[in-house]
Formats: sequence, C-alpha cells, structure tokens
Amino acid sequence: MRWETVIGLEIHAQLATASKIFSGAPTRYGAESNTQACPVDLGLPGVLPVLNQRVVEMAITLGLALGATIAPCSIFARKNYFYPDLPKGYQISQYEDPIVVNGTLDIRLPDGNTKTIRVTRAHLEEDAGKSVHGLFPGYSGIDLNRAGTPLLEIVSEPDLRSPAEAVAYMRSMHALVRYLGICDGNMQEGSFRCDANVSIRRMGSEQLGTRAEIKNINSFPLSKRPLPLKSNGRLKFLRVADRWYRRRGSMTPTRTKPAACVARKTRTTTDIFPTPTCCLF
Amino acid sequence: MSGAGSFPETLTEQAKALAAGQFSSVELTQHYLDRIKRLDPQVNSFINVCPELAMAQALVADTARARGEAGPLSGLPYANKDIFCTAGIKTTCASRMLANWRAPYDATVVRNLAQAGMVMLGKTNMDEFAMGSSNENSWFGPVRNPWDLERVPGGSSGGSAAAVAARLAPVATGTDTGGSIRQPAALCGITGLKPTYGRVSRWGMIAFASSLDQGGPMGLSAEDLAMLMNVMAGSDPRDSTSVERPPEDFTSQLALPLSGLRIGLPREFNDGNLSAPIAASVAEAAATLEQLGAKLVDVSLPHAGMAIPAYYVVASAEASSNLSRYDGVRFGHRCEAPKDLADLYSRSRAEGFGAEVQRRILVGTYVLSAGYYEAWYRKAQQVRRLIQTDYVRAFENVDVMLGPTTPSTAFRLGENADDPLTMYLSDIYTTGVNLAGLPGLSMPGRAVGNLPVGLQLIGNYFGEQRLLQIAHQYQKQTGWHLARPAFAEL
Amino acid sequence: MSLSTAELLRVARLARLRIDEEDAGAHAAQLTGILEHFAAMAAVDTTGVAPLAHALEVTAVTRPDAVTEEIDRSQLQADAPLVEDGYYLVPRVIE
Repeated sequence: MRWETVIGLEIHAQLATASKIFSGAPTRYGAESNTQACPVDLGLPGVLPVLNQRVVEMAITLGLALGATIAPCSIFARKNYFYPDLPKGYQISQYEDPIVVNGTLDIRLPDGNTKTIRVTRAHLEEDAGKSVHGLFPGYSGIDLNRAGTPLLEIVSEPDLRSPAEAVAYMRSMHALVRYLGICDGNMQEGSFRCDANVSIRRMGSEQLGTRAEIKNINSFPLSKRPLPLKSNGRLKFLRVADRWYRRRGSMTPTRTKPAACVARKTRTTTDIFPTPTCCLF
Repeated sequence: MSGAGSFPETLTEQAKALAAGQFSSVELTQHYLDRIKRLDPQVNSFINVCPELAMAQALVADTARARGEAGPLSGLPYANKDIFCTAGIKTTCASRMLANWRAPYDATVVRNLAQAGMVMLGKTNMDEFAMGSSNENSWFGPVRNPWDLERVPGGSSGGSAAAVAARLAPVATGTDTGGSIRQPAALCGITGLKPTYGRVSRWGMIAFASSLDQGGPMGLSAEDLAMLMNVMAGSDPRDSTSVERPPEDFTSQLALPLSGLRIGLPREFNDGNLSAPIAASVAEAAATLEQLGAKLVDVSLPHAGMAIPAYYVVASAEASSNLSRYDGVRFGHRCEAPKDLADLYSRSRAEGFGAEVQRRILVGTYVLSAGYYEAWYRKAQQVRRLIQTDYVRAFENVDVMLGPTTPSTAFRLGENADDPLTMYLSDIYTTGVNLAGLPGLSMPGRAVGNLPVGLQLIGNYFGEQRLLQIAHQYQKQTGWHLARPAFAEL
Repeated sequence: MSLSTAELLRVARLARLRIDEEDAGAHAAQLTGILEHFAAMAAVDTTGVAPLAHALEVTAVTRPDAVTEEIDRSQLQADAPLVEDGYYLVPRVIE
C-alpha cells in the first residue's frame, strides 16, 4: 500500500503599509508596548473601522500577479472568539467573498521541473496583538501594537506533495510578495508566517485524509522539519484516526512535536457573519 | 412658560429670545440646572449632571454672542443620552460594565453640538446598552414617566424623553435601534426622530446593533428637531456607514403646505395588538392631515408581523458580537481575583451586564452558533429583505406612512419585568423601520386620559424633511405637542 | 425546539457569561419561550431571497494610508483594570 503526503499552505503576509488596516495608527515593528494601539485598535466602546485604501491595492496587486480573479465586490466578515490579544472579541476578516480567488503560482522543484500550484484565495484581515508570558509572574501581558496590522492570508490548494515542494512554494511566494513591494517578508519579525495543513492518503485516492495543522513555521530551514511524516511515526498516528481533527502547535527549533496549548478558539467553528461596515468595490 | 421661571420652553423660542437679548445662556442654563437638582430625584432621568461644564459652555456662548459670533444653536442647552462618548466625562451606557469609564474622545455628534455652541446639561439615563423598552434596565435605577411617576417612560432613550417631558431640558439626543427614540417619545408625549440609517455619524455612539443603530434628536416640536438635525446630520470620515449627501437645511420645508401629499395607512398596523383609543387617535390624525390637504391611501406591508422576530434575531446577533469587547481586560468592570482567564471573562461579564443584556447576548450567541446560523440568522436577514421590499413597494404609491408608534400607552413600572416577550412587543410598529433603514418620527396625538399617545410617520430614504414638515403642520393645527404634565408646573 | 440546560450552559460558555447551574434551568426555559416566538419566521417563504445585511448597501469608504493617530498610552490606559509597564495584564495564559 503506497501513501502520499498532501500539503496545503496558508501564508499570512503582513502588508507593508504605513498605517493599520482599519485605523490611522502606525505599523512599525518593535515599538514599546501599546504605544501603537489607538482607540480603534483597542476596541474601545464607540470606535469604528475605516478601510485603508492601500491595503486593497496591495491585495489586488498580488491577485493580478497570480493571474487570479479579483472579486468586483467582496465582503468583510467577523470571526467571533475570545482571546486577550483580540481586543474586540472578533477579528475582521473575509469569509465568503474574498478579494482574490483562483490564482496560480509556479514553483521550481528540486529535480528542475516546474509545477503549478493553485492558490485558492487570498483575503484581507486584521492581525491580533501579542501576549507575553514570563515577564509578569502569574500574569500574561498583552501588547496590542500589532492589533490591526493588515494581513493578506494566502491559501493554497493542497497541491503540494512533499516538504521540498512546500518549501519551494513558500520561497516563491516570499520572493513574489517582496518583489511586488507589498510585504517585507521578514520572518523573524513575523511579517511572513506560514501554517501547513498536512495529511496522508492512499496513492490514487481523491479524498483528503485526517489532517494535522502545524502553525507558525517561521523560517525556511525549520520548515523542512515539521513536515516529514514517515520518519517520526506520525504516519502511523494519522492512519489510525479516521475523522478530521485539528491540533494546534507551534514549532520551535528545539522540539519536533507540537507543544500542547490552550486552544485559541474553543468554539469548534467560529461564528462568522458579514460585518455591517463595508463592501469593497 | 416653564415652571416658576419666565423662560420659553421650546428650542426655537429660546433661540429667538437669546438673539433678542431677553436673557443670557448662563441664565437659561442655570434655570435648567436648578430644575434638574430640584426635580430629577423624582424622575431619575439623568445619570450624570455636569453643572460646571454647562456653565462654562454657556459663558463661552454668551461671550461669542456679545462679539456677534453666535450661530443658530449657540448657548442652547441639551441633554445627552449616556451612550454618546464625551471626552473626559463618564459614559456609562447605564451599565455596571462602564460605570466609571471615561471616553478618551468625543462622539462626532457631541463634537458637532459643541461646535455649534450648545450647552450639555448632562448625560441621561437609558436602558443598559440601549436594550430595552421601559428604561427599567439601568444600573442607575429606573426612570419614571413625568406624566405618571408609577409608569415607565419607555426606552431605551427613556431618560432623554423624560427629561424633555419634565422640562428639565428643551431637547435631548437619543438613539434608536428598534424604536428607542420613537417609543419613549410616544410614551412621554414628545417628538422624536430616527433618521435614515447613515444620516448621523455613529463614531463615538456606543454600538448595540451596528446595522440598525441610529442617533437622532428628541424635543417638544418638529421645528426644534429640525434645528438639531442641521448639526447632527452629516457624513463623517470616521464612520464608513455614514452617507455623503448634498447639504440640506432641515428647517427649509417646514412651512410648506401638505396639499397633494399621499399618506399611506398600513393596514397591518391596525391589528389585534393595537388598543382602541390609540387607533382612534391615529384615525383622528389621519382625518386632520386630510383636512390639511393630504390624500390618504391604503397600503399593505405583508411581512409586518415578522418584524419583531427578524429584528430580535438580527439585533441580538449583532449585539452579542459588539459586546464581546467587554471582557475586563483593557477597560470597564473586572471581577475580583480572577483565578484564570476563563474566570476573568465569565465573571466580569456576568457581574458587569444586567439580565436583559445577558439574555440578548445568549440569544445572539445561539443564533450565530454552528448548526443554527442558517436556520436563524440567515433566515432573519432574508425576512429583513422581504420587509424592506414591502416598504419600497409601498413607497411607490405614497410619500409617507402614518400609524401608531406603540400598541398601548405607558405601562406600570414592574408590569412587564418578568416577561421579556411582552416587553419586546411594544416595538411591533417601530422595528420594521430600522430593519429597512428608513426614517421614522413620533409626535403626540390625542392623549388617552392623562397618558400620551404617539403617532408615527415613516418616510422614504432620506425623507426626513418631509416628516418634519408634516409633523410641523400637524402641530400648528392641533397643539397636542404643547400638552404638559403636571410635573412640568413644579 | 426547546433548549436544554446543557445547551444553555454551552451557549453561556461560548458567550463567556458565567451562569450558575441552579439558574441554568430557568434561563433555558426563558430562552426557549423567546426562541419559540421567533420561530414563526420559519413559516415565511424565503426561497431565492438574498439576505440583507445592511439596509443601505454602501460601497466601502476608504482612507488613505497615512499615520493620523497620536497615541497617548497613559491616557488610554488611565481607566484600565490592570496595567504594568504598558502591558494589559490578564491571568497567565498557558501557550
């Protein structure tokens, strides 16, 4: 029985704007905690989001580069969940009508061949803030400087068949967004983040199998390590389970198994509905 | 004349008197502050009175007037619903959650009124987070109806309505999501306008249901409301949902005669819920308008009966999302000694929110949750479109519609406290207007005994001037709006 | 479509509202009554009707990409429940 690895990648690219997606606060990296969080970013009572035009232009630019369809009308929706770095208790994102759909990106494989990877969609959303643990005994500290930074979430079809292909795709997308000037691609600062959805299935099958999600792959060399399945016994693990599940984990260079963590969302699906703010044209 | 003083009661008359130098803004403001201090303990219409600020603003207005720099609203006092952010001054939404919260900015409406030279007397009481129809859901205690202190003033803008009716302020700001300006205006015998969605900026107006909320003026006459609309309305770059419109003077059409106007009477509003005396007041008003030259037309809004369910599902869903930010982390109430994050959230929120707010958050969370979204929320939004289509179709044949604002007059405090559903039904004639985003106005008609009755006018999109015109002509003809509770004599 | 106590507690957990077990039954009954009234909508034929999210379907207003906010952290944190070194503090989150 032969098995194949099926990988899809979700890339979050921070868009290189001067101000945030929904407010006029600055987006510079590394400022002192909460000095770049204005009332809109803090989700104070009475505030309202206003869309940054440049963010739309950047998303369209990527869409055109991928040969994708630019939606003439796309909608913002709210993903509702509770977490301290998500000040409003919801993230403004796009759900049913993203700004970019059905693009492709060609990648160069190690053997010299090219392969076309389909990009399902790219959509705009706001980033959350950051939590720091260990600075304050018994407490976590919340810094909302990053809250409201514009993100373009780029989702590929599960067309990748090996860690090497996944790395090639990441590298190509990384180069593209930098070339287009829409993202600085600084993975150490979190401007370019990648999550992988990995599953295995019998060769020849069309169905997708049980899926594992690996989050926050934050460097290219590292990206080879979380993905191989056969070598660390995960193949056996996945074969046994026969329903969809999600595992949340963050890979660090010293560990090969995802760490347990408090689930970011305790709802099994988030309540998503169109935000009564705006429709894009 | 109001109380023992010699001050005219309406904004329009006060503006004339100030311009004529009959008294100063400082004197006028002092008059209201004195009345509030003396009489508001019986009504509880204010959460927070701002005497120093008000007198300072009055002085600035008088000084400007002396220099010849007074505008039409300079030096005129108003009461501000405690849902509008006022920089440096507590904005509580009548909730324990925000009982000590000071906004770091002014709502656009507040800024506009200040720039026009108006004097803010204080922040008025309301149903918590604008959820309610009786002003009994307030952390700061219920508001009483000046017409009968054992009865409710309506809600959620109950404090604003009661303050105006008791002559503790000539005008007030309100907000209306499902009827919260119109219904208390009706129960308190004053005039209130919910503008078209998008007319008035929502920046700094604490959100309940974002696609339904709209701020608007409340006062003793249509004329007064028109003056306020000139300052309250306008697009705002800070509010993406505010609509850019050509400039208009809301007072400009008040004096136009009604001849030729087609007034629709929705037959569904004359249903089994409507009390007979109110139905009679509406019929009498229709006859008056006909005498004034309008033509009465029968119209139908077939889905009117679905307005309450659609409204409550949509509004609760949006509210559950809008109120997620109240978590004890960055501002607002936090519980004592939370043992972990889950405890911080669930206890801060359970302590900070009153029963009605919690109820609506639960309903909203339920209808948005997995497995229920399609059947509830999406369904409600579809019904919403049908309701809107009904109105659009009816407006092909009429210019405005006339009906009752509420099915009954003011009920007793505590009467519906354990019965949220009956409470919700006070909004049967108002909620459809919010769902469709149309403008709606309530004005006093013939009272039932001592209790006021509200007549509702519903306009087409951006048709506020027509509503104000009809209300003004009606008021000139009948004078019902001049009726005063005994409380006003005190 | 009656709401069980367990369901009510599930919804309360989703909404981060603490409800004591002994009150859950009463809440469930009350919510059931309310939802039953709203269930009348199910009878309305909405085939082919597009949901209306927004009465006036406004196309997006946008703003130019410019820094326009002057942020005074101490003012914005003046009423914060618990702040240290500019961070908002919450009970430790394990990650």
